Amino acid sequence: MQALVKRYGTKTAVDGLDLVARAGVTAVLGPNGAGKTTTVETCEGYRRPDSGTVRVLGLDPVRESAALRPRVGVMLQSGGVYSGARADEMLRHVAKLHAHPLDVDALIERLGLGSCGRTSYRRLSGGQQQRLALAMAVVGRPELVFLDEPTAGLDPQARRATWDLVRDLRADGVSVILTTHYMDEAEQLADDVAVIDAGRVVAQGSPEELCRGGAENTLRFSGRPGLDVASLLKALPSGCTAAEVTSGTYRVVGDVGPQLLATVTSWCAQHGVMPDRISVERHTLEDVFLELTGKELRA
Amino acid sequence: MTATGTYSPKPGAAPLTRMIAAQAALETRMLLRNGEQLLLTVIIPTLLLVLFGTVDVVDLGEGEAVDFLAPGILALAVMSTAFTGQAIATGFERRYGVLKRLASSPLPRWGLMTAKTISVLVTEVLQVLLVTVIALALGWSPRGNPLSVLLLLVLGTAAFSGLGLLMAGTLKAEATLAAANLVFLLLLVGGGVIVPLDRFPDAAQDVLGLLPISALSEGLRDVLQHGAGMPWGELGILAVWAVAGLAAAGKFFRWE
Repeated sequence: MQALVKRYGTKTAVDGLDLVARAGVTAVLGPNGAGKTTTVETCEGYRRPDSGTVRVLGLDPVRESAALRPRVGVMLQSGGVYSGARADEMLRHVAKLHAHPLDVDALIERLGLGSCGRTSYRRLSGGQQQRLALAMAVVGRPELVFLDEPTAGLDPQARRATWDLVRDLRADGVSVILTTHYMDEAEQLADDVAVIDAGRVVAQGSPEELCRGGAENTLRFSGRPGLDVASLLKALPSGCTAAEVTSGTYRVVGDVGPQLLATVTSWCAQHGVMPDRISVERHTLEDVFLELTGKELRA
Repeated sequence: MTATGTYSPKPGAAPLTRMIAAQAALETRMLLRNGEQLLLTVIIPTLLLVLFGTVDVVDLGEGEAVDFLAPGILALAVMSTAFTGQAIATGFERRYGVLKRLASSPLPRWGLMTAKTISVLVTEVLQVLLVTVIALALGWSPRGNPLSVLLLLVLGTAAFSGLGLLMAGTLKAEATLAAANLVFLLLLVGGGVIVPLDRFPDAAQDVLGLLPISALSEGLRDVLQHGAGMPWGELGILAVWAVAGLAAAGKFFRWE
């Protein structure tokens, strides 16, 4: 199943963006203002592309909205509920708009919304509001769910509960497209990650592919200050770099594997150095992300 | 893909009538639960009717005060629900993304608007019942053709709904809140609701008479107080406002 094919350009927010999401969980990752929400809202039919074409489940989200809407679940970044409505009341209402909704009581139980009781939406905590929005997105048993920053501002327990639900959705054959700027969320959940920056997809692939591609790993150790880094570098395979980062802490960057680790420790043994606090850092999605999108602060 | 999982896709829209009924029921519950809305739609009209119906604050001309007042209060009730209440509620629904979220639900937009209209009409029926009971208790003796009254109320609702939705769909929620209340107050005073239009200077009367609230209150008065048949002039004014307001709302309404 192909969940989404999308191409459109010339708009400043989203600039010639190509994205294909397949079945499973797709994470759209990007810094603030990268165009994540614009992209997702175009798929949801809220925005008309200025050019290019968008197809969701094979349908045009604007022209074929009536056919598409029942098949898609939407979680907005915020709001979407009458301020005077109770959580269960709103969820039951959304369920009534669908032909075969989930069991509302079970969903309330699962997402811990039972404790909201008779409290109106505007008095719920941010976490409760988020979980209600998530419940509203899945209650109609959609084929595809859009989650716009589903765990922004959640406490760790609520975050886990959201992740578990996303995993269960995936296991039951629901496709999920979520935007996030949490790297661990994308690493944990996504089959496929699209990194967006300035309205373009700058990288796409599985988290493993993205972490492997081009990226180098880092080995760090501490020792006495002023070791002969040039001599260490000579012992290392070509393509590696070595440096004393701060006094007494050293960093080796390269294709860090068992062989390289052995080379470093044996060099230390030859030079009578006890490598204190030796560590190997796997290249994370965060490194890839910062490499691709730069380190400066965004709007 | 597991065929039997809890979350296995089984999408589908509910039947249209069920969606609209559910939406209308929810909208009505939200309205009746909201204290400020009740103040506008129930308490103010009731208070004005009881106060001016029992105490001679304004000289209301010949005859029983309540015979003059009841049609005006009915007009006020329609305005409070169809215009002020609907504008404020819809403005905040737009602001808080309720309209946006519902736009991605299986309920079509026209279905949402139909549900809103049903909710307004249900509220108005409750208001008319309340005002009628109180007015009758105060000695009201209504005359005229009930069909004319119904037609005036329906056209008045259409006119005020168009204006209310135009405001809610174009202004910020806070601006709508302020403006809708201000307009309510101005039209309450200047629209023939409790102050007879002939107390104003002639030039002002001509202009005030063209307002939807004046057309509705004077039209209702022609029928209920003076036993007129069809008040065509007032119905015409209301029809023009309804067409213009609804057309403008349809054209300029923004969902977010």
